[in-house]
Order: sequence, then C-alpha cells, then structure tokens
Amino acid sequence: MAQALNRLKESASQTAGPYVHIGLTPNFCDIKGVYPADLGATMVNEKTKGERITIRARVLDGTGTPLKDALIEIWQADADGLYNSPSEMRGTADPHFAGWGRKATDMDTGECVFETIKPGRVPFKNGRKMAPHISFWIVARGINIGLQTRMYFPEEEAANAEDPVLARIEHKVRVPTLIAQRAADGAYVFDIHLQGEKETVFFDI
Amino acid sequence: MSADPFSNRKPETGAFFQRDRLWHPPAFTPDYKTSVLRSPQKALLSLDNTLSEITGPVFGHNMLGELDNDLIHNFAKPGESAIGPRIIVYGRVLDERGKGVPGALLEFWQANAGGRYRHKKEGYLAALDPNFGGCGRTITNEEGNYAFRTIQPGPYPWPNGVNDWRPAHIHFSVFGHGFAQRLITQMYFEGDPMIWQCPIVKTIPDRAAVESLIAALDREATIPMDARAYKFDIVLRGRRSSLFENRLEGN
Repeated sequence: MAQALNRLKESASQTAGPYVHIGLTPNFCDIKGVYPADLGATMVNEKTKGERITIRARVLDGTGTPLKDALIEIWQADADGLYNSPSEMRGTADPHFAGWGRKATDMDTGECVFETIKPGRVPFKNGRKMAPHISFWIVARGINIGLQTRMYFPEEEAANAEDPVLARIEHKVRVPTLIAQRAADGAYVFDIHLQGEKETVFFDI
Repeated sequence: MSADPFSNRKPETGAFFQRDRLWHPPAFTPDYKTSVLRSPQKALLSLDNTLSEITGPVFGHNMLGELDNDLIHNFAKPGESAIGPRIIVYGRVLDERGKGVPGALLEFWQANAGGRYRHKKEGYLAALDPNFGGCGRTITNEEGNYAFRTIQPGPYPWPNGVNDWRPAHIHFSVFGHGFAQRLITQMYFEGDPMIWQCPIVKTIPDRAAVESLIAALDREATIPMDARAYKFDIVLRGRRSSLFENRLEGN
C-alpha cells in the first residue's frame, strides 16, 4: 500500500437535453423577465478593438440535417491575442471584449450567428504561434459530453500552415473541417459535422 | 493580467488533468437513440491544453439579480410562488484536487413539479405552473460554495422507448476557471428508483459515477417549516501545478 492521492473524480457529463434553452438562453425561448438578456448574446460594443466579423455556424448530424436544438459557446482572444481571463499572464486584454459568446441554433434553420472580432495570434509552447482561431464548445440533445473544436480562418493560409495544433492532425484531408468558409457577404460560415466523411475534428483537450 | 475577482488568490496557469473518458458517457449510446446520429465516430484528437483552454471567461457576482437563485419566486407574480415541494439545493464546486472553485458560474434548469418544462417543443400533458419559469443561476463564493431555492421537479415521459421516463432531475451548467473545465451535468434525487431505469443515466458506464450525481437529502440543512435541503457537490477537472514547468509566458 502507498499513500492515497485523495483525488476526486470529475462529475460525469450528462446531455444538455432538448430544453437547454430554458437554462442558458431563456429569453430566446420566451422565458422573459428572469434575466435582462441572455448571457453571451452580445460580444462587442462600439469600443471593442479589432476587425468586426460575422460567423454563421451550424451543427449537422449524420444525415446532414442541421440540429435545431444545439447550443454553441465560443471563446477567443482579443484583437491583440490576449485572453480576458485571470490566467492570462502576458498582459491586459481589451476591457471591452470578454471573448466569450453563446448562441442557440435557430429552431427553424439550425443556424446561429456570432457578431465578434477577429482574434489575434496566441502563442503555443516554446514561443511558436498558433494561427488565429476561435474555440467552440457544442452541446445538444443526444450529445452526451460537450464537444470541443476550433474554427480557423481561410485567409490565414500561412499561419494555418504553421499552426502546431493543425499540424497534429494526421489525416491532412481533415484539416479543412476546422477552417471556415467565406460567404459572398463576407461572413464566415462554419459547419460542424458530427459524423460522416466531413466529420469535424473534435479535441480531447 | 485581467482584474482578478478572486481577491488575493494567485491565478493558476497550469494545464488541466486529462479527462477520464471511461468515466464519462461515451458519445455513442444506442439505447439513448438521439445519440446515434449525433455522436462523432472518429477518434478525438488528444492535445495538452494551450492558452486557449487554460483560460476561460469570468463572471462577476454583480451580474446576478436578487432572485436569480430563487426559482420559487423569480418567475412568479408578486406575492405568489411556484407550486411544489420546496427545497434548497446547496453544495460545493471542487476540482479533482479537492480545492474549492470560487467564482464558478452555475446555471440550472428544470421541469416544474408536474414534470412539465416551459418550452415550445415540450408536449407533455402535465400542466404548466404560471408561477414557474424553471431557470436560475448563482456564482460560488470564495470557498466554492453555492445554494439556491427551488421546487422539486417531477419525473416525466419522453419519446425514446415507448414507455421511457426521466427520473426527477435538475440540469446544471458549470464554468470553472478554464474553458477546458466547461461541463453540463444533471442532479438526481436520493432514493429515486427511476434513476436506475433511465437510458440517459445509463449512458454513464460506471455506477460510482452515477452515484456521484445523486444529491443527498440533508436533514441538518433543512429549514423547519419551510424547505428540505439536498446537498450536491460538483467536481471539475483539476489542473497541474506549473511550479516545475516552463512558464508559458516566460520561455
């Protein structure tokens, strides 16, 4: 026998279920008057620094059908590549940008829209830099544990090519699943495929 | 460094412990039918945390409304209250090292006492309670403790098998200090035989993992002539000490 490490086990995940909106976006599902606004609904104000961008995201199941009951949260650095977090030790992030957003996918179209800014580059270990990216966390009915992935930017070809996380993807044919597409109106379109040939790379991170 | 809401606590910057994927439910659980087409089939890409996962958003106590932690009253008309067994749910948010997690935002949602959710996609014939919305939130204190008032939700049928029922439960969404700690889970009630019949509960392979989601009735925390109390602790991923690691910001 040796001494006990006395570690606890993480609480087991359970699905967010079909009524996740009640708890996380109550105004979106017509529960009015409890919270003034849904948390994470607005990410930027007029003082936020950086290039304004629009992201239209969907989550598609194994038949290619968009989920109409998914919830997506995003987390990103500010325009200078700093996170608005106590664990950010490199400097002070833009006080007008929390870097976190939350949207439910539309109950008819399955799309959700984030109005945010393009993040700066964040360092990896050993001084290498990651390409600009936004972390995604996806929950829904039928998803037993939240899915973690990232969205990268299509115009950042050079940065993407040297990104140490993208470099870890063995099957290069899957790298494009993490890179948004640019629509004619300038918005970034990011489809997250849960299954199939185009299955998005999800992380255990 | 951003403003630290956790008083004199020094921010931690270590990576989070690897998630025990055998303890959590797998993605593909065919007895919970919706998971079949919504479960990734390829292997997850395993990576040590980067700054993007070590960091996470902060929520200040000043965002909370007075009734956010009182589901009995936060949707009720003035002078009225939600119908159902009055309970207090309290507990502590810890990490896997046993340290309390201060400043953790908890959001919870649930059905009413009849097992009915206030949601347009909900078709159960049980009645809505005009005084019950079903959502609440709070933020843990310096020691990681939290508490809220609500009514005990009812069990309800759901279209999975022909006659499947969910045990009474409260959904919890939890933020820790890093985005990698993000977690959604459900709290069940001690002594409910329906827990062990539920296809969603049974997605969790380990019985001990299920038991850690069952809140204990705590007669000592009960308020006489007012509300019973259930204790529900939540554990988030622990993180490595960065004492002997190259500091991310240094190098």
